[in-house]
Amino acid sequence: MTTYVPPTDQLEEDDDTSSGTDRRRFLTYLVAAPTLTIAVQLGIDGGSPAAALVPQPADIIDLGELLILAGAATSGMLTIEITEDGTARLALPRAEVGQGITTTFSMLLAEELDLALDDVEVTLADARPELLFNQLTGGSNTVRSMYDPVRRAAAAARGRLLAAAAARWKVSTSGLTTSGGVVSGPDGRTATYAELTADAASSGLPNLRVSPKKPADYEVIGTPTGRVDARKAVTGQIEYGVDVDVPGAMPVMVARPPTINGSPTSFNEAAIKAMPGVIDAAMIETGVAVLAETFGQALDAKMAVEATWTKGTIDDLSDEQIFARLRKATLPFTVPKTGLSLDAEFDFHFVSHAPLEPNSAVADVRKDGATIWAAAKSPIIAAQAIAQELGLPQGKVTFHVLQGGGSFGRRLFYDAALEAARASKAFGRPVRLMWTRIDDMRHGRARAASHHKLRATFALGGVLSYEQRVASVETDTRHGLGEILTAVAASLPVAGNASFAQTIFLTTVKCPYNFGVVTQLLNEIPLKMHTGSWRSVYSANTRGAEEILVDEMAAKLGRDPVAFRRQQLKTRRQKAVLDRAAQEGGWGRAMPKGHAQGIAFHDEYKSCTAVLVEIDATDPQDPRVTKATIVADVGLCLNPSGLKSQLLGGLTDAIGTTLRAGLHIKNGLPLEGSYSQFHYTRQADSPTDVNIIIMDSSEKPGGAGELGVPAAVGAVANAYARATGTKPRSFPIIFPVDFEPFPAH
Amino acid sequence: MPAYTFTLNGSPVTVDAPADLDLLWVLRDKLGVRGPKYGCGIDVCKACTSHLDGEAFNPCVTPVSEVGGREVTTIEGLADGDTLHPVQEAWIDQDVAQCGYCQPGQIMAAVALLKRTKNPTDADIDAIENVCRCGSYFRIREAIKAAAASM
Ligand code: FES
Ligand code: FES
Repeated sequence: MTTYVPPTDQLEEDDDTSSGTDRRRFLTYLVAAPTLTIAVQLGIDGGSPAAALVPQPADIIDLGELLILAGAATSGMLTIEITEDGTARLALPRAEVGQGITTTFSMLLAEELDLALDDVEVTLADARPELLFNQLTGGSNTVRSMYDPVRRAAAAARGRLLAAAAARWKVSTSGLTTSGGVVSGPDGRTATYAELTADAASSGLPNLRVSPKKPADYEVIGTPTGRVDARKAVTGQIEYGVDVDVPGAMPVMVARPPTINGSPTSFNEAAIKAMPGVIDAAMIETGVAVLAETFGQALDAKMAVEATWTKGTIDDLSDEQIFARLRKATLPFTVPKTGLSLDAEFDFHFVSHAPLEPNSAVADVRKDGATIWAAAKSPIIAAQAIAQELGLPQGKVTFHVLQGGGSFGRRLFYDAALEAARASKAFGRPVRLMWTRIDDMRHGRARAASHHKLRATFALGGVLSYEQRVASVETDTRHGLGEILTAVAASLPVAGNASFAQTIFLTTVKCPYNFGVVTQLLNEIPLKMHTGSWRSVYSANTRGAEEILVDEMAAKLGRDPVAFRRQQLKTRRQKAVLDRAAQEGGWGRAMPKGHAQGIAFHDEYKSCTAVLVEIDATDPQDPRVTKATIVADVGLCLNPSGLKSQLLGGLTDAIGTTLRAGLHIKNGLPLEGSYSQFHYTRQADSPTDVNIIIMDSSEKPGGAGELGVPAAVGAVANAYARATGTKPRSFPIIFPVDFEPFPAH
Repeated sequence: MPAYTFTLNGSPVTVDAPADLDLLWVLRDKLGVRGPKYGCGIDVCKACTSHLDGEAFNPCVTPVSEVGGREVTTIEGLADGDTLHPVQEAWIDQDVAQCGYCQPGQIMAAVALLKRTKNPTDADIDAIENVCRCGSYFRIREAIKAAAASM
């Protein structure tokens, strides 16, 4: 880890606008260091969110932008260093959980510095408290918030290397070129970055104004590039939370209560401590922790724990009561029902995040300080909470951010890190903590269940109004997002007393169609359970339901679903994406009985996408999506291969959650405990033909990590509806309790 | 505690372990071989998929006592020194991995499949039950087909 050195020398004030229409200024600084180190302010320095013409808040400012704005208020900086061996190094204050950001930013450094990808090293930064709001990975904001600062800092570094070579050779910089980490002069002289970096660090050099490359000149950016850690991935060398070796750290598993949020009051301590391989056992707030030689023995002992527990927080609740409450909490429509209106109600069940790497963390808690290793998307808040729990000053908690085995929103929460810290304190030694899959599904996080009421009214073949009322179990945002929203509340266009949840809802959910008077409202019911934003937060369900209604509106008006959407979409960009999907996917082609196509559209994070799927629902209880065409316009696409991976993931999530994957809540606990019961998509459920098309665009990069889900949800549901002649209203559509639940603990 | 000797990635190893301890924990916690991943522990997610005498198996439900004298290969032992197995190459070419957590198991399952069938059909590939929670299935399918073509 590079220690942060305060900037000493302002290099340039750059108002280059090559990447788009916004005029945003970035200050880059030279850091006093032995080798060239450039710092750049994170976030937007000046400039305001793009003016918008459309009255819906999500168009004016969306969640990703809101996070960028909040980050702008912080004093934290990001640094790029050219090391003694000529490597460019950047520690990203973000989490890598499979979305490929280390690859994307490696490409950006290679591009701006004219370096080979192999000579670039992008790592994940430890928690840096001074970054405040700028170290939260969410809202699909990583590329959007860091593209500009990183490329400008890299360009400034390249400028310093040129200046250093010019000074050394006593020539002007104008004839110098860079390529492959080497500066070349017109007379054939060359110097490597390794040779120049110390000189380039000297503040005596004249300043050279260098603008980042124009997107039209990009050679690395925009070229499909495989993951920089691909070789590690295929040889089993990526180190996740469950893999970190800390000397002396022993495996810990925790026996958990029979219902959500119970705590232990007593347990069969002597019997557990006498079990093979068990070193120690202790009660902590969340359960009975067992320390053992191996996880296998910790697991056996955990299963043998007999404990008494306090009541949980939703012990008497099951799905029926929760959905009854949601229905009651759904706010009323404002437009009355008429002969020309269409109403529909939808239920979406709880969905586990279920990242394949279960919740895990390593902790070493001492009297005077603590060190934590975990995958975390909000490591600053995590470190603060752990410091508070342990009674330590915040500066005494070091939080190392590890790569995570999937997240989908899950790793915004730091419960494993906190639990590992508690266990390490209880046992007085370092621990490696891992949750079982069963616990991860039952006591982990889930997307909140929601109920949706939709109404559209028409006249003369046009749409007069569209209303959507969403009632959801409260989505927990106590992982830093809430604090961020408080900080920027004044700058939000959603004035008044909107709650955090409503703010997120209003900044993420928007109707892309001209549907006359549009109102979309959220009401949440507070239930003390472990919820959390799930890839695309409210949009997957909210927009998914809307896209289903759009098909039904088209049918009511006797219109083709594509032609109807095309007519109602607001912008040319949106229409181009829809057209391309319809064309590439062969919209309207004849399908055998029991098979059908379905299409849907989504616009968010300054990106838009259309998805066309084909489904075989000959057996309505065993449908399979056989083919998918996905078209996306995300503005400038930095890495098409990475983007396609994200869109493929979004499609797979949509197939799972629309057709089969959900959680049943029974007496205060989810019934599902493993992938044999929570039916997330497998190979046999996924299409054998997938075509993903990225539109060319010179717009600024939009967000993409969560973009893929909502349109795919609509497309899969619409295809199923057409193939079976049904109107899906409850999701997942096929949702029996087709298993014997595991015992509750 | 009994001692068990088996071949691990080409070399003999001996471990002291209770007979009923599942091999996944022997590999991960006693031998420090962390390529095989835990995802469920009950033979459902297949993240731990490795090879026993050349065939796919799941060490999370295989007691160490069952592998005595046999040949265990994990993802770490698949490549021939620095030369990757064609399936690993195909995985890199198709840029399959997202978070990567499932991929050691996916690759070991694919290698076992290609051993049984030179040209797997879509139905053969469908029979691979390994969960990829990041949803990389289509690229896995493409990579298996590409590997089959190259082998
Ligand atoms: S961990 Fe072995 S199959 Fe899931
Ligand atoms: S790549 Fe993340 S689970 Fe497969």
